[in-house]
Amino acid sequence: MRLTRTRGRLLEQVLRWLFFACAAISVLTTLAVVGVLSIETFNFFQQVPAADFLFGTRWTPLLEPKSYGILPLLFGTTLIVIGAAIVALPVGLACAIYLSEYAGARTRDVVKPILEILAGIPTIVYGFFAITFVTPILRTLIPSTEVFNAASAGIVVGIMVLPMVASLCDDALRAVPNALRDGAYSLGATSFEVTARIVVPASLSGIFAAFVLAISRAIGETMAVTLAAGATPNLTLNPLESIQTMTAYIVQVSLGDTPAGTLSYQTLFAVGAVLFSMTLILNLIANAIMNRYRDVYE
Amino acid sequence: MTQPSEVLLQANAVSIAYGDQLAVNAVTLPIYQQRITSIIGPSGCGKSTLLRSFNRMNDFIDQVTLTGKVTFNDQNVYASDADPVAVRLNIGMVFQKPNPFPKTIYDNVAWAPKINGRRDNMDDRVEQALRQAALWDEVKDRLQESALNLSGGQQQRLCIARALAMNPLVLLMDEPCSALDPVSTARIEDLLFELKETLTIVIVTHNMQQAARVSDFTAFMENGVLIEYGPTETLFTNPENKRTEEYVTGRFG
Amino acid sequence: MTPQAQLLKKRHRISAAFKLFCLSVTCLAVSILGILILEVTLLGLPWLNADFLTSFPSRFPEKAGILAGLAGTLWLVTLTAAIAIPIGVLAAVYLEEYAKPGRVATLITINIANLAGVPSIVYGILGLAIFVRFLGLERSVLAGAMTMSLLILPVIIIASREAIKAVPSSLRQVAFALGATRWQVTRDHVLPQAMPGILTGVILALSRAIGETAPLIMIGALTYIAFVPEGPMDEFTALPIQIYNWTSRPQEAFHELASAGIIVLLLVLLIMNATAVWIRYRGSKNKFK
Repeated sequence: MRLTRTRGRLLEQVLRWLFFACAAISVLTTLAVVGVLSIETFNFFQQVPAADFLFGTRWTPLLEPKSYGILPLLFGTTLIVIGAAIVALPVGLACAIYLSEYAGARTRDVVKPILEILAGIPTIVYGFFAITFVTPILRTLIPSTEVFNAASAGIVVGIMVLPMVASLCDDALRAVPNALRDGAYSLGATSFEVTARIVVPASLSGIFAAFVLAISRAIGETMAVTLAAGATPNLTLNPLESIQTMTAYIVQVSLGDTPAGTLSYQTLFAVGAVLFSMTLILNLIANAIMNRYRDVYE
Repeated sequence: MTQPSEVLLQANAVSIAYGDQLAVNAVTLPIYQQRITSIIGPSGCGKSTLLRSFNRMNDFIDQVTLTGKVTFNDQNVYASDADPVAVRLNIGMVFQKPNPFPKTIYDNVAWAPKINGRRDNMDDRVEQALRQAALWDEVKDRLQESALNLSGGQQQRLCIARALAMNPLVLLMDEPCSALDPVSTARIEDLLFELKETLTIVIVTHNMQQAARVSDFTAFMENGVLIEYGPTETLFTNPENKRTEEYVTGRFG
Repeated sequence: MTPQAQLLKKRHRISAAFKLFCLSVTCLAVSILGILILEVTLLGLPWLNADFLTSFPSRFPEKAGILAGLAGTLWLVTLTAAIAIPIGVLAAVYLEEYAKPGRVATLITINIANLAGVPSIVYGILGLAIFVRFLGLERSVLAGAMTMSLLILPVIIIASREAIKAVPSSLRQVAFALGATRWQVTRDHVLPQAMPGILTGVILALSRAIGETAPLIMIGALTYIAFVPEGPMDEFTALPIQIYNWTSRPQEAFHELASAGIIVLLLVLLIMNATAVWIRYRGSKNKFK
């Protein structure tokens, strides 16, 4: 009676390698992203000094005279992020507090799915909403608002990111053990005191990680800003003006006719590299925070 | 000390149900001032539920209904104009598992007085509470350390200090030693004798020996019903009810 | 009233005000969904008819339709599913069933988690450089599908891993004890048990792919085509791109057309998500204990 089986083993080995290859594709993807961005950015820096790129204040790569300073795009993205943060962070946290500390099970069963639906709406729909609903209202309230402006896009990106903030903050708040709430209530505290002075402080890292992730998503958002914020690189902090974000610029280049190998084509990758680095760093920070805060109650 | 004194806290024909499940069935239990009253009984007999009704901690559970009357100083604790926060300022609680806040030792004790606007002489107040809980000597040099660094027994004494900082008239204790080792348990039991001078204590315990050691009066519950209530010595050595006798001699539970 | 009692009243007032504030904010957030859907429906419903669904885009709003976009999206989803589902599920199988816990597996896991957070436009850049230019696929549906596959792969892998992890180890032990190979255990026992969770994750990933616009623009999906793709190498457009095109025009009529397109898009997503919920519900009824 043989205890070995050779033919089956060969199949198993092949399958194991096949499955490994599938998993390795994810690693290849990362390498490809880093590689592609690095190579083209390197080529770009052969022609445009890195200092000019990173600190220059004029971005006109497609018009004469050409200038390759990325600051206007950075400012544009920042304006959007600030607008989104103002909308999403307080509202998201307040929603999470209501869901976690005040709402009964029936309310949660209604509100949570609605937030999930909001999260699943494609960004193009939010861009449409910005142009057809938010901008007209803004222009009525503040007549000096331009047709394309950072505020509309910022508000709408905030709405887009809101469900994620609410959901993550809700998780963080619910992770606080009920024993802590019991202890606080038994000392004669009101629900506001228990929530604001015990529960929220105890879940601060989770809340902070949620905020960082929200900012990362706002930075990477493309369609709403392309439609509503404008295509004019503009070094300004005035949200009522037309601006251009990094993502919107990348779209603009690819909608146009830029042959491969030209400097203009390479700007696409250089800006993409900055974008990728920023979101990567923020995501890593958020992950680090989330890994640390599990130990708070141990 | 097994003479009844003034009745400070009283449950009068109290029934408590979770949905349609009856947990406490028409219990009448007078708690005497400056005495230690223990409530014993097998798991699930409703003793914790009854205890939590005294300081309205059951309010946080969905679908809980209470009939009957709970009075503190002859005032109805569940009156429609009664303030649960005010109730809890007078009736403190210590829980089964130590649950200190993730703050410093000092801040744990100072928190309740602070939100109640009693900010003056905070240092003295904290020291006094920690002394009453027999924890002061062990922590006086590390008040700014995290409370989570303390051992289990120390954390529980910190929770007692925290509850005492507001000078409540009653202290409810829900199996306070069941998560602790015998040495810590003994220290807390010694503490209770001291606290009895100024405080009325109600302690739920599944440890009969603890009840016999510590309390002046003992109530025995089974299946939500108060089977017998009387001076501890009598209940343990000469119980009136057969079920009580079977429980305290270990024949069940 | 004693100062203590006064303070208590004030604390209660603050507490009630705070609760009201949080409730109002939540209602506001929820009503945004209502406003959005209301606006889109009011603008777009009048334009939604059979002609709309069967016509190609046109300079004249009355003649424009979403056929090219629908067809393109259909092609895209089918190809993306064909590529991403096998790779994603088998990658999850490797990580959960075959990989030895250790540095390599952890590295891959962290890597996948990071990829899930990369902006979609970066995937577009990647697709442009590798599939369109390097592999020479030009502006084809295939290039689009491959780019989309990379985008949703992390989502599929993460969801599939959760589903596979939830299969009780006792099920595997029993199968192994009967002399099965690892692949046989996976194929005949683990995967079937994990299938509802995997399917749910796949459907949600595909609905994300349907709504994405930026990567498709990057690889050159055209904004104005008047034909239906007939093969994977054909040029194409997609629902969201068509919506983008109409939205970016200044005329009111095109905005209304865009709303109609959005209604179609949201309906497609609704059907997919409802299917996912139904599968999750059905699946939770036959669990091996």
